[in-house]
Amino acid sequence: MAALLEVENLRVDIPLGAGDLHAVRGISFQVDRGETLCIVGESGCGKSLTSLSLMDLLPPKARRSADRLAFDGIDLAKVAPSAMSDIRGNRMAMIFQEPMTSLNPAYTIGNQLEEALLRHRNVSGREARERAVHLLEKVGITGAASRLGQYPHQLSGGLRQRVMIAMALMCGPELILADEPTTALDVTIQAQILHLMIELQKEFGMGMILITHDLGIVARVADKVAVMYAGQIVESGTVNEVFENPMHPYTQGLLRCIPVPGKTRRGEPLGSIPGIVPSLIGEMKGCAFANRCPYTFEACLTTDVPLFETGSNPNAGRGYRCLLSEQQCIENAKEVA
Amino acid sequence: MADTTIPPVLETRDLHCTFQVRQGMFKPKKPLHAVNGISLKVHKGEVLGLVGESGCGKSTFARILLGLQKPTQGDVLIDGQATSAFTRKQIARRIQPIFQDPYSSLNPRKTIGTIITLPLSVHGVGDPASWRGTVERMMDLCGLPKRVYDSYPNQLSGGQRQRVAIARALVMQPEVVICDEPTSALDVSVQSQILNLLQDLRAELGLTYVLISHNLAVVEHMATSVAVMYLGRIVEQADTDTLYHAPKHPYTEALLASVLTPEPGKGVPDAQLGATFPNPINPPPGCTFHTRCPKAMDVCRKVAPRPLIVDGAEVECHLHDDSIRSAA
Repeated sequence: MAALLEVENLRVDIPLGAGDLHAVRGISFQVDRGETLCIVGESGCGKSLTSLSLMDLLPPKARRSADRLAFDGIDLAKVAPSAMSDIRGNRMAMIFQEPMTSLNPAYTIGNQLEEALLRHRNVSGREARERAVHLLEKVGITGAASRLGQYPHQLSGGLRQRVMIAMALMCGPELILADEPTTALDVTIQAQILHLMIELQKEFGMGMILITHDLGIVARVADKVAVMYAGQIVESGTVNEVFENPMHPYTQGLLRCIPVPGKTRRGEPLGSIPGIVPSLIGEMKGCAFANRCPYTFEACLTTDVPLFETGSNPNAGRGYRCLLSEQQCIENAKEVA
Repeated sequence: MADTTIPPVLETRDLHCTFQVRQGMFKPKKPLHAVNGISLKVHKGEVLGLVGESGCGKSTFARILLGLQKPTQGDVLIDGQATSAFTRKQIARRIQPIFQDPYSSLNPRKTIGTIITLPLSVHGVGDPASWRGTVERMMDLCGLPKRVYDSYPNQLSGGQRQRVAIARALVMQPEVVICDEPTSALDVSVQSQILNLLQDLRAELGLTYVLISHNLAVVEHMATSVAVMYLGRIVEQADTDTLYHAPKHPYTEALLASVLTPEPGKGVPDAQLGATFPNPINPPPGCTFHTRCPKAMDVCRKVAPRPLIVDGAEVECHLHDDSIRSAA
């Protein structure tokens, strides 16, 4: 059976005065029902534009192209805008990063929750309200019925994020796209929200794409991981493979950067990745990470690096984008640990 | 450990800060105890980590230390002298801040050189002809290339801007630096660079830090001692090893359990705290944490816990109070 979401060679280009900004440069991945894919990367690597392009919510100037962009067999690249509106918020739903700005301050919580259901389903206002109360209780909000009449400013950040999750679930979507869903929250609330999302995902068998820059979240939530750098996936695989045997120098660098209680020695310098992300405007040659990589050799600067597939199971999607031999990558990873 | 005969470089004694908050147009104002009796000591060269959820009063506490907010009660002491006798400028010479967001804390219309020079000119330090040299030395120490001297903040990356903020804070050679979430707006690879820089500068210049952060992994890495804050009070305080290996307060336990380390297969912990952070205008009676505490007893709902010393940690919790436990 085909995967729920299949993406092949997705590109997003934004025309600017100085040339095209190639924000997403040919990425491919698959998500199945009940599966969580985490896309991890630093700011500006194209992870948020990837999710917006899947929902067809890109800014008007941006151009999207893909060899294949199929959701449950429907070709999203060819589907009419009206048909896309029928899918968006209904079968594919999105949880945005900032609950402070992505709820409309002029409408009540109830209004905003019910809207999606009234738009997509032929239901009465009462049925929509019942569903809203049911889901608010599901996401752990007490006094759900009385919350419907409240406005976003009357809720705390954690509650607002719960409302956002309930809103995404209103139509019982098959795929959830969550863009940094817990970044603005305290650690205690973050753990609760993620716990809740995993439970709901299992209960409803949804596919989930979680976009984050936090490797801790990735390790605890993901089934599959895609590490993005400069608009490309530089490494992918199951969460255990990527964290235990990181192949790409960028993944290795990232893992060295974060302090881990009990593992990194207190006060000792942390690893770091020198240099900055290259400009994505205009044509690029060679490996995008070459100017920051400790293992760069001549070929890195001139050859465009393909994604090498590896691993015993070809369906697991294990791959890395580096010219070093597999053996060399594994040895570099050992040096890291 | 620090020598106890030398007065701590920074000390607070029973610090309170209460705001009068209007509840509605015709309702009377109610007091909000943002900081509710904090006594802390930081010795020279130490790094005090201050952790707690948003709304617990961390930032108000930082503002009081910086002299930007007057405490309603209690004193801040620098080298044993109360800052209430100092002017704003005198405090600023000895305590400097590094803020969270390097995008909004730098004036976009001023060049980097001007931004870092400003403290020197405000305080009239030395001869203006020597300022450029001082600033360039500071920039070099903070890893900023000389060519950005005439650049504007929007020409720099987030990490570089934070380096500018650090250089500006350190150019006056303060004794204490208050770092309020210094890396939470930065990417992981940049975060590690800034943390390394802060560590190097501390060793080189003999600085003392108060590090306010909600990232417990960062605090564990940087701090020598840690204070956990909840609703305006320090509920647990100990040196870093003790606090991370043997947390005493249920709130500290919950915070530590919520840290997501990059270890696959462990799943997301359920901290069992409930969703509700209490309204600080109507704090719960007794122990303010009892509404969320998985180990709350009857007495917690009535009596506020007193500060106790347990195995080298200072804790406010009835669970460790023998007289309460034997009565219960």
